[in-house]
Amino acid sequence: MGNHFAKTFSSSLGKKLIMSLTGLFMCLFLVVHLTGNLQLFKDDGGQAFNAYTYFMTHFWAVKIISYILYASIIVHAIYALVLTLNNKKARTVGYAVYAGEKSSPWASRNMGILGTVLLIFIVVHMSNFWAQYHWGGLPYTRYETELQNPENVTITELPVSTTEIMHSEYIDVQNGNQVLIAKDLYKVVYLSFKQWWYVTLYVIAMLAMSFHLVHGFKSGFQTLGLDHKRYLPIIKLLSVWLFGVLIPIGFALMPLYIFFFK
Amino acid sequence: MSGNMNLTLKVWRQKNAGDKGGFVTYKAEQISPDMSFLEMLDVVNEGLVKKGEDPIYFDHDCREGICGMCSLYINGRAHGPKRAITTCQLHMRSFKDGETITIEPWRAAAFPVIKDLAVDRSSFDRIQQAGGYVSVNTGGVPDANTIPIPKVIADEAFNSATCIQCGACVAACKNASAMLFVSAKISQLALLPQGQAERYQRVQAMVAQMDAEGFGNCTNTGACEVECPKEISLTNIARMNRDYFTSKFLKEE
Repeated sequence: MGNHFAKTFSSSLGKKLIMSLTGLFMCLFLVVHLTGNLQLFKDDGGQAFNAYTYFMTHFWAVKIISYILYASIIVHAIYALVLTLNNKKARTVGYAVYAGEKSSPWASRNMGILGTVLLIFIVVHMSNFWAQYHWGGLPYTRYETELQNPENVTITELPVSTTEIMHSEYIDVQNGNQVLIAKDLYKVVYLSFKQWWYVTLYVIAMLAMSFHLVHGFKSGFQTLGLDHKRYLPIIKLLSVWLFGVLIPIGFALMPLYIFFFK
Repeated sequence: MSGNMNLTLKVWRQKNAGDKGGFVTYKAEQISPDMSFLEMLDVVNEGLVKKGEDPIYFDHDCREGICGMCSLYINGRAHGPKRAITTCQLHMRSFKDGETITIEPWRAAAFPVIKDLAVDRSSFDRIQQAGGYVSVNTGGVPDANTIPIPKVIADEAFNSATCIQCGACVAACKNASAMLFVSAKISQLALLPQGQAERYQRVQAMVAQMDAEGFGNCTNTGACEVECPKEISLTNIARMNRDYFTSKFLKEE
């Protein structure tokens, strides 16, 4: 039984299946990630974003999915490397003249390079935000929303030196406030996106992601054998317009918006 | 005669499988634009033979585009610059007078060079032998049309069956993957009623042989489909994947 699956997944098609499933899972994640992070555009001093961050890092179901996501990133990268090395071995003597552009799109021939750019980006991105949030000793911020008049929010940055602050959400009955004390990841994001080189890196990475996904999304379905002519046009449409245009632009707008307009 | 072309050829010459090989430059003079590419090479070879040199070795047979024997990677493309034809159907009018043409053999570890431009494609035969057939028990000859097959299915199976095993898909693929060929051979039988009995063993056996031969892994670039002289479509690969995953995860075969 175990042997059967080990054999299946070490075959060429089995490895492709893993690339496809992990890749498509990451595509799905991007939709959620973009939607959630649209809260960065909210002009509320990061209240919604920080509350959302706490939820995404502490709710058990989301945690399980995030572990699957980390595994997907690692497995996708490792299998890509294994497959690429296999493919190099399949052609030991290359062509002197190779007119690849005549028969296939550029992105499809450069998934490895695009993927490497994305992997570097993910490492930088996660060490700056994800690792900072978990172990970086971030400052806390208190958001006091008046119950009578929710338009009025008082934002207080709590000093870093204060020990033993905990994330808390409660109703302050005496002052008639709803209080949120949360780790201020918004501030970290804000400060990062005020640096021109960081914004540049993000925009370049999103360009790479666009090309990677224009090929990758529809390629994932082709590998799964899902190419019925009834829905293939929809997959191709999503590949280009959702994953190639809308999502990368949405992500790229976050650093650009903060850099230029905040 | 006016209208004839003078060309410079950069041809891969390699004595045998063990030889390192390298490019040799030849002049092809007074070439008629109506010659096929192989006839142009014949003219060059005649000149070489007259000079007492070893002629350029290349594969060919029917010279009418149906046998799959001719190959050649011409100016960076399998079977040259035109779509949906083999090298024997490529005419010199597709080139310009004075042009330099680079001619290389198919490049794949599973297609070792025999000599010059000819490669050993017996790995394809071994994949076929692993399962690309239908076992028919002897008995009476069935009447025609006893097995109904819808027209669209018959057409699709026929399209897959037009594969001539030339190997252009492998040559054109940046990964030297044979999946277009293997999937066409699997599809032509998987689509028809006669192929059902062995359908799921077949796909497993042929994919296993393909892997054992050392072909690369498909990354869905689509170059094979573009360069295939018989226009075998990528949907064959999707069908092979479906059958393979079905056989591995859903069937007890």
